[in-house]
Amino acid sequence: MKSATDTGVSPVVKLENVNFHYGKRAALTGFSLEIAPRKLVGLIGPDGVGKSTMLSLITGARAGQTGKITVLGGDMSSKAHRDAVCPRIAYMPQGLGKNLYFTLTVEENLQFFGKLFGHDAAERRRRIDHLTRSTGLYNFLDRPAGKLSGGMKQKLGLCCSLIHDPDLLILDEPTTGVDPLARRQFWDLVDSVRESQPHMTVVVATAYMDEAQRFEWLIAMDDGRILDTGTPAELLERTGCRNLDDAFIQLLPEEKRAGHKTLTVPPLSSEGEEIIAIEAENLTRKFGSFTAVDHVSFKIRQGEIFGFLGSNGCGKTTTMRMLTGLMTPTEGRAELFGKPIEAESMETRLRLGYMTQLFSLYNELTIRQNLMLYARLYRIGEAEVASRVDEMLERFQLNDYENVTPQSLPLGIKQRLSLAAAVIHRPQILILDEPTSGVDPVARDLFWELIIELSRRDKVTIFITTHFMNEAERCDRISLMHAGRSLACDTPANLAAARKAPSLEAAFIDCLEEADQSSGEKVAIAEISEGSGSSGKRKNLWRRFLESNNPKFSIQRVSCCCWREFLELLRDPIRATLAIFGALLLMLVMSFGISMDVEDLKFAVLDRDGSILSNNYALNIAGSRYFIEQPPIRNSEELEERLRNGELSLAIEIPPDFGKDVEAGREPEVAFWIDGAMPSRAETVNGYVTSLHKQWLDERNRESGMTQGSKINAGVETRYRYNPDVLSLPAMVPAVIPLLLLMIPAVLAALAVVREKEMGSIINLYVTPLSRLEFMLGKQLPYVLFAMISSLMLVTMAVTIFDVPVKGSVPVLVISLILYSMCATGLGLLASAATRSQIAVIFMTLLATMIPAVQFCGMIDPVSSQEGVGRVIGTLYPTSYMLLVSRGVFNKALGFADLPLELTVLLVMVPVVLLAGVMCLRKQEK
Amino acid sequence: MKQTLKNIFCLGVKELRGLCRDYMLLALIVYAFTMGIYITGTSAGDTIANAAIAVVDEDRSQLSQRIFDAFYPPMFHRAEEISMSEIDPAMDEGKYTFVVVIPGGYQQDTLAGRDPVIQLNVDATRMGQAFTGAGYIQQIVSKEVNSFLNNGQEIKTPVKTVVRNRYNANLTQSWFKAVMQLVNNITMLAIILTGAALIKERENGTLEHLLVMPVTPFEIMFSKIWSMLLVVLAASLVSLTVVIMQVLAVPVNGSLLLFTCGVALHLFAVTSLGIFLACIAQNMPQLGMLMILVLLPMQMLSGGSTPQESMPEWVQTVMMIAPTTHFVDFGQAILFRGAGLDVVWKPFLMLFGIGAVLFIFSLGRFRKSVAQ
Repeated sequence: MKSATDTGVSPVVKLENVNFHYGKRAALTGFSLEIAPRKLVGLIGPDGVGKSTMLSLITGARAGQTGKITVLGGDMSSKAHRDAVCPRIAYMPQGLGKNLYFTLTVEENLQFFGKLFGHDAAERRRRIDHLTRSTGLYNFLDRPAGKLSGGMKQKLGLCCSLIHDPDLLILDEPTTGVDPLARRQFWDLVDSVRESQPHMTVVVATAYMDEAQRFEWLIAMDDGRILDTGTPAELLERTGCRNLDDAFIQLLPEEKRAGHKTLTVPPLSSEGEEIIAIEAENLTRKFGSFTAVDHVSFKIRQGEIFGFLGSNGCGKTTTMRMLTGLMTPTEGRAELFGKPIEAESMETRLRLGYMTQLFSLYNELTIRQNLMLYARLYRIGEAEVASRVDEMLERFQLNDYENVTPQSLPLGIKQRLSLAAAVIHRPQILILDEPTSGVDPVARDLFWELIIELSRRDKVTIFITTHFMNEAERCDRISLMHAGRSLACDTPANLAAARKAPSLEAAFIDCLEEADQSSGEKVAIAEISEGSGSSGKRKNLWRRFLESNNPKFSIQRVSCCCWREFLELLRDPIRATLAIFGALLLMLVMSFGISMDVEDLKFAVLDRDGSILSNNYALNIAGSRYFIEQPPIRNSEELEERLRNGELSLAIEIPPDFGKDVEAGREPEVAFWIDGAMPSRAETVNGYVTSLHKQWLDERNRESGMTQGSKINAGVETRYRYNPDVLSLPAMVPAVIPLLLLMIPAVLAALAVVREKEMGSIINLYVTPLSRLEFMLGKQLPYVLFAMISSLMLVTMAVTIFDVPVKGSVPVLVISLILYSMCATGLGLLASAATRSQIAVIFMTLLATMIPAVQFCGMIDPVSSQEGVGRVIGTLYPTSYMLLVSRGVFNKALGFADLPLELTVLLVMVPVVLLAGVMCLRKQEK
Repeated sequence: MKQTLKNIFCLGVKELRGLCRDYMLLALIVYAFTMGIYITGTSAGDTIANAAIAVVDEDRSQLSQRIFDAFYPPMFHRAEEISMSEIDPAMDEGKYTFVVVIPGGYQQDTLAGRDPVIQLNVDATRMGQAFTGAGYIQQIVSKEVNSFLNNGQEIKTPVKTVVRNRYNANLTQSWFKAVMQLVNNITMLAIILTGAALIKERENGTLEHLLVMPVTPFEIMFSKIWSMLLVVLAASLVSLTVVIMQVLAVPVNGSLLLFTCGVALHLFAVTSLGIFLACIAQNMPQLGMLMILVLLPMQMLSGGSTPQESMPEWVQTVMMIAPTTHFVDFGQAILFRGAGLDVVWKPFLMLFGIGAVLFIFSLGRFRKSVAQ
């Protein structure tokens, strides 16, 4: 179609007739495009027209459907080519810090990516210092990524993508939610990187038209097609507009433009008495030693649009959370309509509409269902719910997506949905945290139209944060915030005038820079050009990397993943503590608790005879240590009753004339009524009572001197081997260890992968040279190490507290435990590869570990006495073999020579389970 | 009040809709309550089934041969004959659970009334079989010896016994195993569904959003409880009536309605437990660990695997606060023994109490756990 190859250079990216569908919904239709190398290419277009899809296809993060995608001289449908070019492409996905690990610090995140791309320690240090200094992150190297503000996350995300000097840099709305100053620094950084690496091509999708201005080539998209391409100047010329915002709107087809008009804000009427809607006085919030909000005061009149502007992380969101009652101020007070904010007051909440910075509606409900839910929760009358929802769908142009879940939708659409949910109940106060970040210009104007209408017509007070200066200019008053303090608060025009700045943006940046002078941001930017002098040897780094590292499998990448996973474990000491001490606690409870020797069984006698002999018979049973006698039974009904309510495990019925009949040799019949509800217990009761009966007979025989012929009990001398006292403890302790070492590592490992899927950082598997095997091994090894620490403690506990010594070979135990923990973690990883949600994976892992291990593996009943599928599972499951080894080494003093089969089976299972997991894991999104 | 009910209803419907979207989870639930129960039910042999046994016959007499032949399936594998020197290695390997040693001259000594002794070696690491099996072997040997001495006629004893196993005449293991598996699955699923769903909402920020709306923590918690209770209750009823009662043909003596009430009470307790755990845990992996910490003892020590009365006193006391103990208690009573409310009111009351305490405690912690 349209081409950028004006000089005849072969294009870096070439899409030919590409189609892409999400279910029935088409994202790209017959899409063709060529992107020339060394350009800064901008992608503009409304939300949900396929920009992100196209970018993820180019990077290979998403598998293509139809059409040909050629990137860096090869077909992206070929795995070999993807593997080869992967290190040359960098991708920063949409959303706040999607490729980051939130529990890791800024430094560690960057180190991870550096290691992944094979840089040595010195090189990493140099690059990290360089990148962080030029983005202002240098002072935050020790802060966990999750604690960074939205804008800082974006900067860190960019740094992580830039660390390996890619040839093709793909940024999907990288500056969404980033403050103007940081945005300027961001683009300066990109420029300086391009300067030092002129061969690099950058493709950016953006919603900021002022950014688009600086791009060399623009692609305007709509509905999965290209509207127009050209330099910004060409587009302006063709549309006859003065700025790109207008040009963009001009480019859209007629029906999408319909109803769009240039917005004017009518002045806030000042007649009548002034009602103060929101008032804050010396509002302060501290997190430990860090002061997020520092004595902020403001008064907002009813109907006023009050803008909150400030650098990222200056405390805007915290202030808002205090106003909603989610967070209590450390100091100061806040009032809504003259009443202090109470977290529990439903009345306040009904008057309030709130939109969070991160999407906080339900991904598992459709857009309509979400709105219906919110409408109902906000107590809109049932009759009105449907019409109100329709109104919102209409207003925010969500009709096309009504029955789609937000999960698969672009950021802009999600933002519109959040907005709709915030205003659905027509609140009196609207608190909006960056409501328009990531929303396209047309939708943004529509939204502002609504804001103005609400404010002016319905007197709704609006408290809003934004990073768009044209939006800030529409506010009645603005408060400029920095580092928790409010620097200035006035109308936009007055603020600009006070700074003698030509525009609000200039005034804002001026203000921030003045406040920020001490941090030496400017010096850092100057350093970039200095550093770029030495870039000559960096140029071909990826090639050297390919030479020095096998692209299929690299120990360095595995260790890098291990290191990262390990750090994450360290960052959550509660998890590790729970896992280790939980295991010890469980061992204590279960080893004592699971008792095979059935004792203290309750029984009672229904003695219909009442003779001395019958009494003697009952006493014989009551005298055994297995049984505890209960009050006698009086009649059959009572016997039935007491068995039914579970009081008795055994009832003995002695017939009338028992004594006489015995003497007369009439063979009276004693009945044992056993509660068979729990068969294993009934079985034991039966065994005990039968042998007690025979003892009694033998005793009688001996007393009466009848020894001829009929010996009731043949002499059998029973030797209980390995556990001569038949104590449960020596048998249970070695069995509990394999059980615990199966479940705990499996659940930990399983969650490790699925969490990445839910949080989005799985994208790093898709777009970095990391192979699936490397990824899996990296996930597995820390947990194996962890399981070994755990097992060391369990074995120590067995030997010391339970006094169950390791009689056999310790090396065999250690080796088998290592193999076994690899199997256990492997099983967890297998479950994680097959599932997407954390809930499902927990359920699956527990189902797949606890049940087989407890039921089928010989923990209580040996595998040989299982039947059917259970027998098959028992034969195939690693726990069966570990149990044999564990009991063998603990109880039977066995060594290597005695357990060849068990060890071999465990050894074989490790790769089998791991490879199965690798096979189930995808390296691309579908 | 009306609004409270409406909110609880709306939020509960939302939970159900969310669950419907997680196909994998649905598939797992279906599996757990059908195949899962069936597999456990059918795999349970008798306590002594196919026990591995070997005989060392040093006597080589008619009597020793009779004893050798007396071990046969289904209780035992056909006995294998081994030599004296093979005993130790074979038992070390775990090849046999029982080895019977018949000494030389056994038949002669028996006939002479010298009371010779047969040695029985038992692998006591196999606790489940060791005790009961030894008892059976003793009986089998005695029977063979006696019938040998009396030329095959049954001997006359002064007192006969008759054993009547109530509620499960043949002591079919699968009845009990299948029902206990159902108990375990119900518990596991209910805790995961509520606990993990709550953590997920917290991690996604949706819970925080709910808290700025006119919705109370009580409504949020209660909506999760009723919706998940409904799902698990439905699954368990289908499992009980179709898989257990039809496919596995377990006769159920008691009232299904009473059992259903009991399951609902149990679910109230365990879903509250799930919410309670979610209020303590800060993230999903922590919750995972907590769940193992709670589920494993609840499954192993509830009385469903081994009888509770043989556990140490302190374990029994601790297990009184575990809902499963009471579930196993009333489950056995109603399903097998056909007990009525007059018998099971105690576990019912305990379950309600446990649920209420956990619920109230979680309610107190709820807001704090969200706005961390």
